[in-house]
Amino acid sequence: MPGSQERILRRRITSVNSTKKITRAMELIAATRVARAQRRAQQARPYAERITSVIEDLAAAGAQVEHPLLENREHPKRVGFLIITSDRGLAGPYNSSVIRAAEKELMARRADGKDYSLVLIGRKAVDYFRFRNYEIAHSFTGISDTPRYGDAREVARVVSDQFISRHVDEVLLAYMEFVSLGTQRVVVRRFLPLLDMTQIAAVGEGQAEARAAFEFEPTPEGVLEALLPRYVESRLFSALLDAAASEHANRQRAMKAATDNAEELIVSLTRMMNRARQDAITTEIMEIVGGAEALRSSAARSSSEPDPDDIRELLAADKSSS
Amino acid sequence: MALRVEIVSPEKHLFSASAKMVVARTTEGDIAFEPGHIPFAGVLLPGRVKVILENGSAQHMAVHSGFVEISHNDVSILSDVAELAHEIDVARAQEALAKAQTTLASDSQDSSAKEALIRAQVRLNVAAETP
Repeated sequence: MPGSQERILRRRITSVNSTKKITRAMELIAATRVARAQRRAQQARPYAERITSVIEDLAAAGAQVEHPLLENREHPKRVGFLIITSDRGLAGPYNSSVIRAAEKELMARRADGKDYSLVLIGRKAVDYFRFRNYEIAHSFTGISDTPRYGDAREVARVVSDQFISRHVDEVLLAYMEFVSLGTQRVVVRRFLPLLDMTQIAAVGEGQAEARAAFEFEPTPEGVLEALLPRYVESRLFSALLDAAASEHANRQRAMKAATDNAEELIVSLTRMMNRARQDAITTEIMEIVGGAEALRSSAARSSSEPDPDDIRELLAADKSSS
Repeated sequence: MALRVEIVSPEKHLFSASAKMVVARTTEGDIAFEPGHIPFAGVLLPGRVKVILENGSAQHMAVHSGFVEISHNDVSILSDVAELAHEIDVARAQEALAKAQTTLASDSQDSSAKEALIRAQVRLNVAAETP
């Protein structure tokens, strides 16, 4: 039947159009979320900087402690993995690339005969590793979208406990670093043990006056002992904030691509629909013209030389109608 | 000469001012900073921090653990939780206090209830001291 093709296409265009509206809305929401996540990262920076600067001061004062969080173990038997992903999908390659990088590292460690322990943040990582029958030590969901400091503290406590109790000898952190709106990159880096203090001081972003002779209360060691767990928390918190910003930036990009694709699809579908409509019209005209032609030619034939069959038919039709 | 005071929590910058004096409670006891204090870093206990502003008025706040550092007249207070006196929700603190007390009455070893008790007491003290 002519026109059915057209109707199918029209329905598809409507559906692509509503998909486009959704992806467009998600794109805009993600854009505001990126801005918010960036702002939160900005607000968290003074604390991180100042904590680092206190550590610098301590290093300059020559405080040396055998803190368990600083302990470098020679031959790690079990490696902890802390993997930050999102709870929700539709964020382009965000989750898969973090998971892939972490899994690659995990495979490499396993090939070296080391055991692993997984601490996962975000439902995507949990789903992935559970499906592949990995053993999951701890998992946290519902925090990666807008991480609070309390969440960072909780995760940091779990991971630090694992490390201090020698359940794991090293902890690697995998997440997507937010470099700029256009660039995010996956990093897998050592989270525990911490660099020793002089290294923290050397790479730190704090602005401490290293020359000043500090007085510490209760003691340099006491301050450091209270400080290091906070330092771990603060590092994890900034990783979480970075990951959240990356997640939203990736989602924004993915949704923008989806919106663009939908637009393209609509253009080509509209073109197809117009052609189908034209085809249908052409066919209809052809049919009409053909029909008229046939009628005329049959009429012309009947006037010159009546066909006995035709006459019989016409008579039959006449009779039934009257 | 005045002190530049910055109070920051992990999530945001809470408060900054220039002040004549800052009083805080460290593990060794109360300590006051005035301009020209030698560089100092200490561990804070839950308690009150008093900032005497340049115009002589005092700003109180409740700080629940953290650090204080001063160098070159820059005072930084790093705290997980810090609240300005007028931001304290007295009713909520009283509620928390009562709850912690009942928990402790049945189980005197409950460490989270003990902490909650101290937090509530600090909040109430600070709120009570401020007109």
